[in-house]
Amino acid sequence: MLEIISKLFNRENMASKDIAKERLRLVLVHDRSFSSPELLNALKEDLIRVIREYMDIDEDALVVDLANEDDSIALIASIPVRGFRRAVNQ
Amino acid sequence: MKGKVIVITSGKGGVGKTTTTANLGTALAMMGQKVVLVDTDIGLRNLDVVMGLENRIVFDIVDVVNGHCKLKQALIRDKRFEGLCLLPAAQTKDKTAVTPHQMKNLTNELRKDFDIILVDCPAGIEQGFKNAIAGADDAIIVATPEVSSVRDADRIIGLLEAAGLNRARLIINRLRKNMVKRGDMMDIDDILDILSIDLLGVVPEDEMIIVSTNKGEPAVLETNSRAGGAYRRIARRIMGEEVPLLTDEAGNFMERFKKMIKLAR
Repeated sequence: MLEIISKLFNRENMASKDIAKERLRLVLVHDRSFSSPELLNALKEDLIRVIREYMDIDEDALVVDLANEDDSIALIASIPVRGFRRAVNQ
Repeated sequence: MKGKVIVITSGKGGVGKTTTTANLGTALAMMGQKVVLVDTDIGLRNLDVVMGLENRIVFDIVDVVNGHCKLKQALIRDKRFEGLCLLPAAQTKDKTAVTPHQMKNLTNELRKDFDIILVDCPAGIEQGFKNAIAGADDAIIVATPEVSSVRDADRIIGLLEAAGLNRARLIINRLRKNMVKRGDMMDIDDILDILSIDLLGVVPEDEMIIVSTNKGEPAVLETNSRAGGAYRRIARRIMGEEVPLLTDEAGNFMERFKKMIKLAR
């Protein structure tokens, strides 16, 4: 990852095919997620299922989305917590 | 025996779908297969001129699906090869003149008489694309080593998978070895890495393609054409033969592959 970032800072010195590859990688993350919104929905449902085991969350207010940050893409999840489940020691 | 329907597609226009269809079809016919080429680019037909058969068209695909003529009447026999035929697209209608259902029936009809049915798909992802893939058992994706072409290929792979065509294979077209060497063109590894798809073959950039298109004689007929040779080898792979990539086609890819083999020993 660091390598990619440092490479992107010296775009001038990069082989143009590496620029092409990096740009493609980023654009395809977007293309793939938007061409199949059901994928994000499935992820959202899985997240809810797992997190519910540990805490009480507001499922309706849960937001999962992809965000562009400079030269990378981040999965941003905003999950309002209502409270924690009581720990059960085994 | 039932014939196999293979669609040749790309998403982006101008990457070599029609040239690939003409050359693979001719190469497969040279190997003794009974082959029919189906041009589904209604309104913008070109497979006929690339094959040099444009003067012999009487009926077209729209006439066939509408019952204006019999399928056999619309098929143009290529006199150069026993068992090579072309079903031309209509030039005056548009993509909505045929439905996916009609295409499925048409390809099923063609299966009875041919070993291989190659469907030349139009650019885009709309009705023309849906028609072209409707009856297909398999898909070949053509992409050039450019950002726009690879991006569109990725979208096409997704759409093919959604239609149940999960075994699409890739032809990388117009690879320029010199540009790859100096780092100004993505190499085979880069593209396969991005698309995660099986490679069917690599066709080098070759001026002979333009010369052969000028004459209406597919490049596979030319023994000296590098692209023609690449297409002949791809045709053998389609028939299930194991044909390794030439170093000439592969560039860095082959070097790395060789190194890997050495390392494994």
